[in-house]
Amino acid sequence: MPPGDEVLVHARALTKRFGDFTAVDAVDFDVRTGEAFGFLGPNGAGKTSTMRMIACSSPISDGELSVIGMDPRSQAPRIKSRIGVVPQIDNLDAELTVRENLLMYARYFDIAGEIAGRRADELLDFVQLGERAGDQVEPLSGGMKRRLTIARSLINDPELVILDEPTTGLDPQARHLVWERLYRLKQRGATLIITTHYMDEAEQLCDRLVVMDKAKIVAEGSPRDLIQRYSTREVLEIRVSDAVRATLNGRLEDVAERVEELPDRLLLYVGDGEQALEAVHDRQVPLESALVRRATLEDVFLRLTGRTLIE
Amino acid sequence: MTVNALAPAARVLQRNLWVYRRTWRGSILGSFLTPLLYLTAMGVGVGSLVTAAGSPAFEGYEFVHFLGPGILAATCMQSAVFESTFPVLGKISWRRNYEAMLATPLGVPHLLAGELLWVGFRVLTISAVFLAVMTLFGIPRYPLALLAIPAAILTGLAFSASVIAFAATQRTGEGFSWLFRFVINPLFLFSGTFFPLSQLPDAVEWAAALTPLYHGVALVRGTVLAEQAFLGPWPLHVAYLVAFGAVGAFLAHRLLKRRLLS
Ligand SMILES: Nc1ncnc2c1ncn2[C@@H]1O[C@H](COP(=O)(O)OP(=O)(O)OP(=O)(O)O)[C@@H](O)[C@H]1O
Ligand SMILES: [Mg+2]
Repeated sequence: MPPGDEVLVHARALTKRFGDFTAVDAVDFDVRTGEAFGFLGPNGAGKTSTMRMIACSSPISDGELSVIGMDPRSQAPRIKSRIGVVPQIDNLDAELTVRENLLMYARYFDIAGEIAGRRADELLDFVQLGERAGDQVEPLSGGMKRRLTIARSLINDPELVILDEPTTGLDPQARHLVWERLYRLKQRGATLIITTHYMDEAEQLCDRLVVMDKAKIVAEGSPRDLIQRYSTREVLEIRVSDAVRATLNGRLEDVAERVEELPDRLLLYVGDGEQALEAVHDRQVPLESALVRRATLEDVFLRLTGRTLIE
Repeated sequence: MTVNALAPAARVLQRNLWVYRRTWRGSILGSFLTPLLYLTAMGVGVGSLVTAAGSPAFEGYEFVHFLGPGILAATCMQSAVFESTFPVLGKISWRRNYEAMLATPLGVPHLLAGELLWVGFRVLTISAVFLAVMTLFGIPRYPLALLAIPAAILTGLAFSASVIAFAATQRTGEGFSWLFRFVINPLFLFSGTFFPLSQLPDAVEWAAALTPLYHGVALVRGTVLAEQAFLGPWPLHVAYLVAFGAVGAFLAHRLLKRRLLS
């Protein structure tokens, strides 16, 4: 389903303060129906605070917010009945079994027993937990708990699903399984809002995203847009010894459009990585290692904030 | 609380009942043992030493008759308080159940009402079993004795609401140890549970009469024994407990809201 033009979540100058501290500072964004919209940013950027305001579990301090055309200040229960929430930290009911977790959650939404049972079974299949239906929640692996939380967020057949770091802490295999399920969810027409501090997650899942840093949105666009706008096509990563690094002072500037110096390596932003690598060799700079890769959102973030995403 | 709010609150109760399905046998057994042990050890054992039947100290009743209803009220208080401490704080902070519930159409008033319904249910079972055990000792005078159950529920709810308010301000369980040591245990001992308060100096008697358990004990003892002398001004006791519970519920709602919706 192509992203529609209808705006499902609309925020203007949206602000969250905790006492004197501003966690979300006057951000603007629009999430359209049917798209997967990302919030990419490092720890403490304000992603969760923003999600919680959208999910009506945190009062907004200032600004405008509408969710599915409703105002969280006055219509929270109606909004909540139409969205699904996957919180950053799992809050499954440890005293109930896997299936009971879904059935009970259905009860909270006032979904009748028979329908609830059918949906619970479908969703357990959807997240591939059918065989664990009768088990307790506690012994499940992190990835299984995450999938159960995702299944639970879908029990009310929501139009909008808010996922706060859906794959943080999971091993690569578990992450791919979650991604694949989220992709299918989107295929079925759900609108997704996803926060992450993994650039590959954002690139894989999001049609559009905002980059958040220190309570503010610093850029917005599709992953490709952002890379085009803020980076070159390729990146040459080189490692040199400290002694060599000390003698470089600007010798590589004209090889690349831009050079980023990180503690452990240098990033040369270039159109053609192999060509740039030859140019570096021509200048007889002794390299410990060299790698040519495509530019990613990580590079966008570095450009925008001068820092890496995961410190 | 309107009927509208009661249906969602019933779902919060239902969640606790689902968990209870796994543990009810042990819980009911415990509810049997408490009165059985108290009535045998304290009532019959100690009782045979402290009073002959018809002693004036207990308004003409045997000690075990005097003691039984007092312990019923005090035990119900204890259980109601316990249910409002660790389980509630766990749902606020360690297990985050409330966070999960608040992501659904449920709101803080429903959580609070649901927990109070649950406490009411717990006290219902505890007091009913207690009454049954006392029947074995020939203590209750029916049918009035049946009113001890709503009296015990009212007592439990009055405590529960204010203890939930307290729990909403706690980070660790440490405060609860203090609560039990310095509030609940003294109340257990000095609310007319074991002996008539007229035994104490006037000032202490007055202070005791200001605590909710005193009123709960009066209602339960008066109804179980169908004895006006114990019952005293019952509308006053009821009004006191209702007022105490209402203030507690008001505070609990405010404090839970502050804690859960930051
Ligand atoms: N309830 C709260 N009270 C006070 N400060 C808070 C509260 N919740 C969040 N903050 C602060 O607000 C800032 C933003 O937090 P938030 O959780 O929104 O960040 P985040 O982008 O989700 O980070 P992470 O990637 O670590 O989850 C942080 O500095 C955090 O300490
Ligand atoms: Mg977060």
